[in-house]
Amino acid sequence: MLRMLLRRLLLGVVTVWIVSVIIFAGVEALPGDACTAFLERDAKGKLLENCRHDLGLDKPAVTRYLDWAAGAVRGDFGISADGQQSIASMVGDRVKNSFLLAAGALAVGVPLAILLGVITGLWRDRWIDILFSTGAIFAMTIPEFVSATVLILIFAIWLGWVPAIVLTPADAPALDFFPEFILASVVLTMVMIAHIMRMVRSSVIEAMASDYVQMAMLKGVPYWRIVFRHALPNALLPAINVVALTVAWLLGGVVVVEVVFNYPGLGRTMIDAISDRDLPVVQALAMIVAATYVGVNLIADMLTILLNPRLRTQRMRRK
Amino acid sequence: MARPIIDIRNLSVGFTGRAGRTLPVLRNVDLRVCRGESIGIVGESGSGKSTLALASMGFLKQGLRVIEGSVCFNGEDMFARKLNQLEAIRGGQLGLIPQNSGQSLTPTMRIGAQMAEALELHCTLEKDAYRDRTIKLLSQVRLPDPEAIITRFPHELSGGQQQRVAIAMALAGEPDALLLDEPTTGLDVTTQAHILELLQDLARDRNMAMIYVSHDLGVIARACERVMVMYAGEAVLQGPTAEVLKDPAHPYARALLASIPRLCDPHLPVALDGRPPPPGGSGPGCAFAPRCALADDQCRAARPELLDAGGGSQARCLRHAQSHELTAGGAGSDPLHHRPDGAPALVLDDLSISYAAPGLLDRLFGGGGMGVPTVDDITITIASGETLGLVGESGSGKSTILKAVAGLLPPSGGTIGVGDGNALPEMVEQRRPQQLRRIQMIFQNPDDSLNPRHTVAEILAQPLRLYDGLSGKALTDRSVEILETVRLGAHYMDRLPGQLSGGEKQRVAIARAFAAEPEIVLCDEITSALDVSVQAAMLELLNEFKKMKDTTYVFVSHDLAVVRALSDRVAVLYQGRLCEIGPTEKVYGQQSHPYTSVLLNAVLEPDPDAAPNLMAEDVVELSPPARGCPFQRRCTRKQGSICENETPPWRETGGGHAIRCHIPLEEL
Amino acid sequence: MSDAAAQKQKRPALGQFGTVLWDVASRPSGAIGLALVLGHIILALISPWLVSYDFRSMDSSLILEGPSAEHWLGSDHLGRDILSRVLQGGRVALLVTGIATPIALLWGGVTGVLLGLIGGRADEVAMRIVDAFLSIPGVLPLLVLVTIFGTGNEVMIPTLAFFYGIPVIRVIRAATHDVVARDFVLAARARGHSRLSIVWRELLPNVRDAMMVEGAMRWSWMLLAFSSLSFLGFGVSPPTPDWGLMISDARAYMPLAPWGVLAPVIALSSLIIGINLTADALAKAMGIDRARKAVV
Repeated sequence: MLRMLLRRLLLGVVTVWIVSVIIFAGVEALPGDACTAFLERDAKGKLLENCRHDLGLDKPAVTRYLDWAAGAVRGDFGISADGQQSIASMVGDRVKNSFLLAAGALAVGVPLAILLGVITGLWRDRWIDILFSTGAIFAMTIPEFVSATVLILIFAIWLGWVPAIVLTPADAPALDFFPEFILASVVLTMVMIAHIMRMVRSSVIEAMASDYVQMAMLKGVPYWRIVFRHALPNALLPAINVVALTVAWLLGGVVVVEVVFNYPGLGRTMIDAISDRDLPVVQALAMIVAATYVGVNLIADMLTILLNPRLRTQRMRRK
Repeated sequence: MARPIIDIRNLSVGFTGRAGRTLPVLRNVDLRVCRGESIGIVGESGSGKSTLALASMGFLKQGLRVIEGSVCFNGEDMFARKLNQLEAIRGGQLGLIPQNSGQSLTPTMRIGAQMAEALELHCTLEKDAYRDRTIKLLSQVRLPDPEAIITRFPHELSGGQQQRVAIAMALAGEPDALLLDEPTTGLDVTTQAHILELLQDLARDRNMAMIYVSHDLGVIARACERVMVMYAGEAVLQGPTAEVLKDPAHPYARALLASIPRLCDPHLPVALDGRPPPPGGSGPGCAFAPRCALADDQCRAARPELLDAGGGSQARCLRHAQSHELTAGGAGSDPLHHRPDGAPALVLDDLSISYAAPGLLDRLFGGGGMGVPTVDDITITIASGETLGLVGESGSGKSTILKAVAGLLPPSGGTIGVGDGNALPEMVEQRRPQQLRRIQMIFQNPDDSLNPRHTVAEILAQPLRLYDGLSGKALTDRSVEILETVRLGAHYMDRLPGQLSGGEKQRVAIARAFAAEPEIVLCDEITSALDVSVQAAMLELLNEFKKMKDTTYVFVSHDLAVVRALSDRVAVLYQGRLCEIGPTEKVYGQQSHPYTSVLLNAVLEPDPDAAPNLMAEDVVELSPPARGCPFQRRCTRKQGSICENETPPWRETGGGHAIRCHIPLEEL
Repeated sequence: MSDAAAQKQKRPALGQFGTVLWDVASRPSGAIGLALVLGHIILALISPWLVSYDFRSMDSSLILEGPSAEHWLGSDHLGRDILSRVLQGGRVALLVTGIATPIALLWGGVTGVLLGLIGGRADEVAMRIVDAFLSIPGVLPLLVLVTIFGTGNEVMIPTLAFFYGIPVIRVIRAATHDVVARDFVLAARARGHSRLSIVWRELLPNVRDAMMVEGAMRWSWMLLAFSSLSFLGFGVSPPTPDWGLMISDARAYMPLAPWGVLAPVIALSSLIIGINLTADALAKAMGIDRARKAVV
């Protein structure tokens, strides 16, 4: 088992490393650099050279990659393209805000999603299943900016229950956000619930149709005890990975929602940085999000290995 | 007669078909079992036997419902009971041992916890006594080291061990009656014999009623006093085991018996043509009439009742008196036998095979090193037109050898030669078309070996296009011709494998192999996924091809009786090493390798007088020992350190029969 | 079972593809989904002959007017006819995603099949790279490329096709692994068919199912990305109508003129829901569990 965990850890590190290469190389391949962006597009001659020298852009790409990567490992992503701010300090609060939003959505969403998944799985094809399963398709497929817009229309404009957009500055204390991020969390939670619920449902159905559940019935185990002791521990194992994917999505892919609600998180920062062509910031953000994605998935895989007796006790099988 | 503990009366169970019709799976079945009695329910797949067993627990699979009749346990109707009453009976007074224990044990619960749950639900024991009780039960089912077993998860146990745990769990509720749903299917013969012996001892000690459900008449013969034969959801024959197995009074039961190959019978088993009707598909008359040699208009007009057929049996047959004249085994056609001294067709010389080298990351973290080869030191020359049977338990490397011959696995040493004396290139990709066409392989499971997206026509066209370059009308004509040689009509050409029965699929797979006009056909357990009556038809088919085309077969099976029916010579494998090789009669005769004796003695024959003789423990070995005799760890006749250290010598008994053992021939 | 078989034989000879389509259409969700998707495609094809107003023409007397007999869905903040714009809006999105989806499927599918076949070290390395790409948030590379190279179709199509082909690699590689492990592939190898013929005859027909479902999913996600881009202001340039852009524009006037938001919202949602219902029914018809595929 230790070998499996180590192997998984190593793969995670390798993936993050490949991500860093892709991001760095991708930005390198784009026309222009920090200096051309900073000094207007058509800056030429001495000014450009000086700027490049100051920022170290005249060094070979490999050296710059190593410097950048070494910095990134320490949490230092250099300075933004306008040369004024350290990226780390600029992004720090935004990261915190995004985590806050994600944490809110997760705390409500995951338990609710699992509950709904179990309910729809156990009462398969009954009205409650049809209701929630259809709802899930809608929640999953309607674009976030659509559902966000509709929710704002209903709750902020027609009913006036909550403010429509966040106006609090990025570094405000967490509690100040509370009323303002409710709608944003609701939008995110809906999508997340739909994904997790569908997965849990299908895995509950599979477990309830399994030989071991039939055997437990024929052993005289009461229904709810079968559900909780025999079916769910098996059915929920694969849910760990889906939850992880959703967490990663929450942290990185919520650009649209943050823009709609004017929420000062990673996604908004990303849009701003792209609009400003602030590529160092884009690089840093991409790296943070990718590393989180890999990290969360890594944790999920490790949890699965620890919780699944088949994986825990068996020697690693070659895939 | 004492009051029956399980009393099923006139039970019919069915489901609603697409057109809204009720399609019966069980029709008017009566079954009564008393304490201390054991009854066997036999039938082929789809006969309704498992549905009947589960129904006696008051359980029906989803979609099924009771149409009429009742199931009483201890005098009370199971289907009229409340769920909590049922829960008290199930696993308590009425225990079930499931077909596939590997999948019937909850994978996330330790054995100890699952046992404790059974005890908690059905015993009045104090909580702290569970552990002792569990250990006691596990040792009763003869599991070694029960203290260790209770901390294990199901997947950490071997098939035989899982089956024993399932038995122990059923015993936890001190049942009055036990239901056994194919209790030994999928286990190796030696394990099967041990489990059955255990069950019989338990039944005797506890005076339980037992219902054995099995497709295997050998199991029933060994374990039951009475037998009920099921066909198309009906009980067609019931009576004392000896009567039913020796001289059954129903044409179907006779045909079924005749289709079972026997160890002591050199004939081929007799195939049963046709297929059973689908649920609701039998006409107004006897369900077996379309396949019955005795059927007349009266049989086809109305469904017969169960009639007294003498000797304590009842048969659902109007012609039961005449049925005694039908064959019931021993009258099959003679298989074509060949001299093993003809020109060689396939030469395996010192063949050894190891599984793949470890990957990069495995090396990085150590472990996974090259172990002892999976298959080692295989030297066999197979003559043209000969049939060589390869037998061994699971993990003996028999399929691995076939794959190496087919060029699908690279051997780690030795050579594979064909008739012309040249060694074949190792991998199939390096072989020339002429070499490829000579060797064809038929796989175990036609569900997996036929592409589900190809019609029969496309499946047969593959080899014809590849080897003969046929196309257009010539291709179609040839395909139909080949299809007819496996007794399937041209109307099968457009079907997909999913629309065929198991037997039909395997016929298509056989047809595909013979379409290449091969010299050598490798058969990998080709009958083990099929019902016995279908199996007999496959054996007949192979024999016909042998008559027509003088084909050489390498026939791999775990079933010694099947191998016996077809083979000229038999090679016995244990842990990838040859133990014994020789003409069939000699290998199945008196003088044999200790492992062959173990195997032969463990086989269950459908004969109530034959009892298996258990000689070795059913231990599962994961890898062969590095030195000495491969069988040393399980051998009851181990000679001492010589068996551990020295590879045993081949001892010739004459006539091409050789045994690899340290024990001198006279003592074997 | 035989009942189902009998049912199957009663059907007209539709071929395998027809059988699947029949199965999809005979499920309620599949029928609704197919109707929505086909409806959208047909509307997009014929809309130039349907719209009675130029989607560019502004009329200052009509600013934020509600639905009326002349302008069925009202008009927007520049006084343009919303119905015309909604009908026109689907065309670009359908065109771009309609070209990019097959390309994504093709390159992702071919790479996936190849990796599944080759296996070994090359496969491991390639999968790490695929994982790395998947861990970068999806819209980011799109946004960057679009900002730098512009939003023309010649940028959008290859970019979408490239990034949406990557998850396809993963799914098809897994499907290939499942098929390759089966005996019929082994049987074909043992007969000595060429690799190409094995891929073509044995493998592809069995990977095709996964490919079709995957295609439907990628299509809907691409549409989502496309409209998100224009919603964020990075997509098609203003005079051209696009649903995402229309929603974004009309949001500011939502309290006054909610119809301006609702029309494109309904258009976009109905198309995406249609595709997803179809994909779900398709997956059920072919026995693939789509819920298990999660968010990848």
